[in-house]
Amino acid sequence: MIGRLILTYPDAARRTGIAFVLCIITLGLYAMGISSAWIGYLIPASATWLADNIALGRLFAAGMIALILAANWMALRQLSRRQQIIGVWIELFLLLMLFFYSFNLSLPFIGKKIGYLISQGVVTTLYISAISIVLATVIALAGAIAKLSKNGVIYGLATFYTSLFRGLPLLMQIYIIYLGLPQVGYVIGAVPAGILALSLCYGAYMTEIFRAGIESIPRGQSEGATALGLSSSQTMALVILPQAMRVIIPPTGNQFIAMLKDSSLVSVVGVWEIMYLARTQGQTEFRHIEMLITASMIYWILSIGLEFLQSRIEERFGRFNAR
Amino acid sequence: MNPSMQNAQIVLRSVHKWFGEFHALDDINLSIAPQEKVVICGPSGSGKSTLIRCVNRLEAHQQGHILVGGVELDDDERKADMIRRGIGMVFQQFNLFPHLTILENCILAPMWVKKLPRKHAVDIAMTFLERVRIPDQANKYPGQLSGGQQQRVAIARALCMNPKVMLFDEPTSALDPEMVKEVLDTMVELAGEGMTMVCVTHEMGFARQVADRVIFMDRGRIVEEGKPEDFFAHPKTDRASLFLSQLLH
Ligand SMILES: Nc1ncnc2c1ncn2[C@@H]1O[C@H](COP(=O)(O)OP(=O)(O)O)[C@@H](O)[C@H]1O
Ligand SMILES: [Mg+2]
Repeated sequence: MIGRLILTYPDAARRTGIAFVLCIITLGLYAMGISSAWIGYLIPASATWLADNIALGRLFAAGMIALILAANWMALRQLSRRQQIIGVWIELFLLLMLFFYSFNLSLPFIGKKIGYLISQGVVTTLYISAISIVLATVIALAGAIAKLSKNGVIYGLATFYTSLFRGLPLLMQIYIIYLGLPQVGYVIGAVPAGILALSLCYGAYMTEIFRAGIESIPRGQSEGATALGLSSSQTMALVILPQAMRVIIPPTGNQFIAMLKDSSLVSVVGVWEIMYLARTQGQTEFRHIEMLITASMIYWILSIGLEFLQSRIEERFGRFNAR
Repeated sequence: MNPSMQNAQIVLRSVHKWFGEFHALDDINLSIAPQEKVVICGPSGSGKSTLIRCVNRLEAHQQGHILVGGVELDDDERKADMIRRGIGMVFQQFNLFPHLTILENCILAPMWVKKLPRKHAVDIAMTFLERVRIPDQANKYPGQLSGGQQQRVAIARALCMNPKVMLFDEPTSALDPEMVKEVLDTMVELAGEGMTMVCVTHEMGFARQVADRVIFMDRGRIVEEGKPEDFFAHPKTDRASLFLSQLLH
């Protein structure tokens, strides 16, 4: 019955559908408790009316926003795909800035501190992350090969390691390494302790990624290499790993981005990386929010850098797949 | 060990192999002379692949003895690697390395196993790629070639190691019909050059033309062996004649 109506009056059906969606959005916004203050802000003359008719004003505000969304959608549809993507990014970014702006941030304070946050914090975060990433990769490779080993002792070691370091919260690992190792007579600095904890924890996660990558290569590949007389380590290095990279790189990139941000946990043992500085610098003038938002933005920018790097590397290893 | 066996290129004596409970090779006795061409056939699952994979120790046998060029295969992996250098193998699924070009596929083992300088390895590779008539594809990737071309590359790649023995495991079974001939032609040429060959194949024309001996396997055992003209015309066992009659249809 409804299907028949839609088929006979496609245009009318489409318009009804759009109106329906608009109503749903309006009601949704209203239910979420949207305020009408922004209308009073834009059109001061309406302020008294809004104060008198609170519910109606809010409904009106919700409807206006729904219409703005619809108009925006229509406008974006006129653009090419590439322009659409850029447009959406700019719009959402501006909204985010507007959100931060509403906190009444002190820009001079940020301006005063950001240089130090970058020269000390970013540098520390980056070198801790970079060293940890390299170590975690080495650990993951060894762990994956151990997990594929026929030798029970090696397999046992590998499974215990991945189970333990995936099972404990990273924060605990940092504390345990920093506070625990001195107990057995090995005094360790805060930075090495942080690097060790990050490498071990991410090495455990990445062991699974590497193992899955290696296992995704068909048996015939290693048999072909073995039949040619290549040793098992040559087979791994020359035949299996280069192919496994295509499977390994995307999730590994995710791990790197996650690690970059998890390096903020190292601040608990007093390493002067971004997070630590953001907290301590903010404290002096009770401007926590300024520093936290600045630090967040710095993490975001660094993550975007890693994402970019990841896509470049993926391109390179995807090369032989071109037909 | 009798004298004829001592000269043999490949010897299997009372070889047994189990996969768990499953008896995959059951008392295999076989001796293959240098330059001999042996074709192995038999129903699917009869142990043909397992047999030739034991010869270059892609599978380990559990009982009996396997000697290649007079050297016995055992748990010593380095000895196995040594023996593998003298044995080329061609697989049903080609097993080319998709991340390497055709040329790189061919020079990989000569460079890393035989430690030849790259230039020398390239010369050898190009010689064999010309022999299998695909020198112009040398810089393409395997995925860009047809199945028949890929299998010929696989043969060339094995030949680059200058093996004394070539093992073929159903080399034409994964190919489209129109590509079977180009691969068989390459194999016939190779046979003419005095290579020792062990081929698992159901291509009877090839067997008739090339084989000195046909071996028929069933349920892990060698049930029958003989000259191709005898075996195809007058199989001695019921199982072989049943198998051959099914092959014709
Ligand atoms: N890795 C393995 N694990 C368990 N069973 C196997 C394995 N490889 C082969 N088999 C079994 O051994 C038997 C013989 O296999 P195969 O030698 O491949 O037969 P064919 O090549 O004659 O078709 C089959 O039943 C197969 O299922
Ligand atoms: Mg088989």
